[in-house]
Order: sequence, then structure tokens, then C-alpha cells
Amino acid sequence: MPEEVFASPFFGITLSIAAYSLGVWINRKTKLAILNPLLISYLIIIPLLLITGIPLEWYENGGDIINMFLSPATAVLAITIYRQREILRNHILSVTAGSIAGSAVSIGIVYLLSEILSLPDEIRASLLPKSITTPMAIAVSESIGGIEAITVMAVIFTGILGNIIGPYLIKLFRIKDEIAQGMAFGSASHAVGTSKAIEIGEVQGALSSIALVMSGIITVIITLVLF
Amino acid sequence: MKILYQIAIIFTLCLLGEAISAILPFPFPSSITAMILLAAALFSGILKIDHIKEKSDFLLSNMAFFFIPAGVKVIEHLSIIRSIWWQFLIIVSVSTVVVFLVTAWVVSFFLKIEARRNRNA
Repeated sequence: MPEEVFASPFFGITLSIAAYSLGVWINRKTKLAILNPLLISYLIIIPLLLITGIPLEWYENGGDIINMFLSPATAVLAITIYRQREILRNHILSVTAGSIAGSAVSIGIVYLLSEILSLPDEIRASLLPKSITTPMAIAVSESIGGIEAITVMAVIFTGILGNIIGPYLIKLFRIKDEIAQGMAFGSASHAVGTSKAIEIGEVQGALSSIALVMSGIITVIITLVLF
Repeated sequence: MKILYQIAIIFTLCLLGEAISAILPFPFPSSITAMILLAAALFSGILKIDHIKEKSDFLLSNMAFFFIPAGVKVIEHLSIIRSIWWQFLIIVSVSTVVVFLVTAWVVSFFLKIEARRNRNA
């Protein structure tokens, strides 16, 4: 009986939607960025699977179907860019400079901290592409000798962190310009950060999408040249 | 039917993206290829936003949700993370904050330069 129920794709999908809905509800009630719907979903699903002993493969029968929508969800970010094409055209210099600076700083600081903390080479290689979107990060990690699983985790952690602390950083450091806000989300925390930028505003969402694509491409180029 | 057409358009773009990424001589994610294709279709006027509006709004407004399964995979790698967890947390947190702020500052700085240049022009 358990396998027929919990290995069904409906289980993974229903559990994910239930956890996410609860996350959205808690987030709306408390209005706290730290109680992020995505984070709450993980805090519900991961312990639940570990405690009940339901294998990850069973959850993934449904999870894979949700995962399939990641590609279309990333693709339609083109719409947010298209809607804000005037802004992109008028501020191409700022957008390019921000993407280059963000990618270079990300690679530089990860390299430096890995040296200071004397991490093994393959861990450093796994963490270097952590600021860019998962498929690109995996490609970079593989080509410079990293471990895919660590890269994926670093990317997801980075995304959630940017998603949660971005709004606080904007307030704390008085980042007033919508263009700068959006660029910061996309460059520091790729698509997961972009999902927060979209919630904040149309301009932020568009610039974050642009930043995630540009930083991704720039990071690929820098790492392939340097490492 | 309308939603069905919209799903077909977007999924076709994703499929084309996978085809092109498979042909490219260097690793390039198919989702980003699909995004570039959609941007090209919109900018060239082949596709109008109205053709895919409802489906895109559904994807965009629930975007964070689609990341849930990718993160749940962490379960598979708890042992690696346990051995380097504090270094991992330091690097991920510090770099995310620094990259966020540096990008915001650099963009703000160049926006001022652009504004000044436009005033003079």
C-alpha cells in the first residue's frame, strides 16, 4: 500500500503544493522575508521525508514533473526583459558594467575565501560558479573539476539567501534605484533571486532576468579562461 | 484551447532550445537558449506577448515553486555537506551579500554617469 500511494507522482506534486501554499500563507501572515515560502517548503518536505523514511526517488516521481517546468519558467523571463526593453536600451552601459563587476567579484571572493579556509581544489571548483543559474553552474563546475552535487547545493543556498536577505539589504544600504535593485538580485542570486525581484516590481524583475543571463555568460567565460 | 496553444508554443521553444544546446560545441543550458529564442521571437515581432500571456503569467507568478524539487535533492548529499558545512556557509553567505552590494553600487554609479552624459548631450 505505501509504495502505491507515496511513489505516485501525485504524492510529490501534492506535497510540494501543500508545503508551498502553507509557506505563502505564513509569509503573508507574518510579512517576514526570512519566512520565505521556498525555505518553508524545504523545512517541511525534507524533514518529512527523512522522518517517515519515504525514499527521495518516490518524492521525485512527482518532483521531476515540477522540475520540468523550470526550463519554461526560465524561458518566459524573456517576456519581462521585452516589456522593459526601453530601460535596457537606455542603460546598457550600467547593465553591462554591473554584470561584469558582479561576476568578477563573485569569482574573486569565492577563490579568496576558499584559499583562506584551505578548502581542497575540487570543493573550490564546485563553489566558484555558485552565483549563476543551476544548469550553467553545473557546466562550469564540471569543466573545471568540481563536484556537481556541491555546486547544485551552493547554487540553491545562494538563491534562497539572496531571495531572503535582498529586501533587507536594499533597505539597510538604501539602494533606491529600481534598476540597481534588480541587477543586484539577478547577479548575486540568479533565478531564485529573480523570483523575488519579480514580486518587488516589473522593472526589478526585468533587470534581474537580464543580470542572470549576462552574469551567467560572463562567469562561464571568466572561469574557462582562468581555470 | 487557448491555454493549450500557449503551452504548445512555450514547450516548442524549450524543445528548440534543447536541440540547439545539444548541437553547440560548448556547454550551454537549454533553458537559457530557449529564453534567448523567445526574446528573439518577441523583438522580431514573430510572437506577440498576447500569444503566450496567460501561461507565462502562471509560470512567472509561481516561479519560486518550481525550484522546490531541485532543493529537496540536498537529502542525497547531506554527508558531504556535513564535512564542510561551516566553510560552505561562510563562503555562500559572504559572497552573496558582497556580490549583491557591489553590483547595486556599480550599477548606481554608472546610472549617474549615464544621467550626466544625457544631460550634457
